Amino acid sequence: MTRERILAISISTAVVAFIVTLAVTLGIRGRSSSPAAPAATASAPAASAAARKIKVKLYYVSTDGTKLTGVDREVTYGEGMSAQAQEIVSAQLAPAPAPLVSAIPAGTTLRALYVTQKGEAYVDLSKEASSAHTGGSQDELLTIYAIVNALTSNLPAVTSVQLLVDGKEVNTLAGHIDLRRPLGKNLELVE
Amino acid sequence: MLSAGARRALPTTTVGEQEYVGIDDLATMFQLTVREDPPGMLSIGYKGKTILLTQDQPLGSVGGRVIALPAPALRANRRWLVPVDFIGRALALVYDSKITLRRPARLVIVGDLRVPRVLVRYDSTGATGRLTIDATPRAASTIVQDGDQLLIKFDSDAIDLVNPGAQFAGAAQGLIGTVRLADPVTLAFTIGPRFGGFKVATQTSDTSTRQILDIASGTQTPQPESPQLPAAAPPDLSALTSAGSTAVIRTIAIDPGHGGDDEGAKGTGGTKEKDVALAVARKLKAALELRLGVRVLLTRDDDHAVPIDDRTAVANNGKADVFISLHANASWRPALSGATISTARFDHQAEQAARALPSELVPAIGGAPRDIEFIPWDVAQIPHLDQSNMLAKTLEDQLRGHVPLAATPLASAPLRVLEPANMAAVLIEIGYLTNAEQEKQLAAETFQNTFVQALVEGIVKYRDSFGGGR
Repeated sequence: MTRERILAISISTAVVAFIVTLAVTLGIRGRSSSPAAPAATASAPAASAAARKIKVKLYYVSTDGTKLTGVDREVTYGEGMSAQAQEIVSAQLAPAPAPLVSAIPAGTTLRALYVTQKGEAYVDLSKEASSAHTGGSQDELLTIYAIVNALTSNLPAVTSVQLLVDGKEVNTLAGHIDLRRPLGKNLELVE
Repeated sequence: MLSAGARRALPTTTVGEQEYVGIDDLATMFQLTVREDPPGMLSIGYKGKTILLTQDQPLGSVGGRVIALPAPALRANRRWLVPVDFIGRALALVYDSKITLRRPARLVIVGDLRVPRVLVRYDSTGATGRLTIDATPRAASTIVQDGDQLLIKFDSDAIDLVNPGAQFAGAAQGLIGTVRLADPVTLAFTIGPRFGGFKVATQTSDTSTRQILDIASGTQTPQPESPQLPAAAPPDLSALTSAGSTAVIRTIAIDPGHGGDDEGAKGTGGTKEKDVALAVARKLKAALELRLGVRVLLTRDDDHAVPIDDRTAVANNGKADVFISLHANASWRPALSGATISTARFDHQAEQAARALPSELVPAIGGAPRDIEFIPWDVAQIPHLDQSNMLAKTLEDQLRGHVPLAATPLASAPLRVLEPANMAAVLIEIGYLTNAEQEKQLAAETFQNTFVQALVEGIVKYRDSFGGGR
């Protein structure tokens, strides 16, 4: 009986994941004809909008390595919630300028991002998020919450973040931290 | 159902006089493919071999050979059911591993496991008595008293108790009442009010091990000095029970993290987390067995990948009292070093939801439906968090001074492998492989031994914190 229930749940989450992935893919296609050049979104009303910057807080590895440090950085202005969320996450994933140390495995890129009506952000990361990870549970926490905190602290409408890897739901990034549910902001990890 | 390292329940249904199992359950456990074609004819495949059954006849065909079943397969509630004997008479013929069906013990044994048959006899002599316990084939056992029962734990994968529930003449003497299985490897005897301790003698032959317990008759009835205890133990018991053996911890599951393609963290010198975790886990298993005499389960004992849920399943299905997942850490800051001990962390919503779940009526194996508590897999750890935190703290105290600890050694996080653990559970990061000095330490035998010794001390302390009347 237990097994049947668990099976039913995992099937339904798989379906949800599929639908979300579909929505993400369609959503991105609908929003931007050239995702590789975020500065020139198809719906940008004027060329000047592309150059607009906003100030946000991004998160990097603290000096002692056990926490995240919030740093004020400028990112490109995005028209609408999902577009802005994409800009923030892309900046968070980008290599960190010295002396900052990024909590994101090298080579990780944003495949897709979608924010639901309920304020859940679905962030689809490239496979490097998992395959290039240091493998430490400490680092795994920092990777996850750098992204979760970057979205939830800069975009108050985003209440939780579900991370996906290579379009799929995953158990963990590197074998430790549960990623099967959307995660909320964690300021205890921030120094 | 028993297989190497795992014990799973296989639900049965009784129709008429006959006990049945669902073919869907068997398919899941034994990786069978099941097809109904044409209607009324069941075709069960396993690695190119086929078993055919029909709905009307108590016969089947296994690779062309006809086998007899006590009853035909039948269909109930859109499920196919087959008589339990199907496992021994049909499935065993096509399956890769050896399958043994032991009906009296309600056991299906997959593979070559040590499951001795255990026969218990009681003889009364005047006011005292003698308990004789035969295990065939040979299996060592340890005996401890736990409150009002006497526990005998066997060093085996399971035991097949021939006469469970037997009523002994010792009941009338107020010494030994009855026997049952407390867990797959432990017999529990009820102790009467006149039980005054026991002496053990062990005899070993080529084929079996015999434990003879001479039961003494102690002082009578209620103890004046402890009126608050209804079934007070006789005063000389503490002398007879070995110090500290409170039997609160009977089984410990150890999970060496990662494995196979999943190497985990890696040091610049090439040391891999999966190897360190396995080496320390093996040492810890040996040390715990020796020091505590407990059963220790490993979630893996070689270099292969184990799905994360299967790891916790080893602990849950093995009814472990403690679950320890072993890992080695990594950081982007190479200076970071020291061990950490983490417990699971749940968000408030998950905790609320878990606590609000009602118990429900489920059909028990071979009996009437019982009202049991429904424990959702993902949040099984929640009721044990206090114990887990206590275990973590005790381990920290013992590690301190022996091995380097992180600046903040105790942590909690949504750790996937701990969340479903239905017992006290911690995840230990032995140290940082990204720290050059620690990498050398973690790979060294001496450091691993020191670490293991400190963990064993911690587990002993944790165990003693419950029992010993303290």
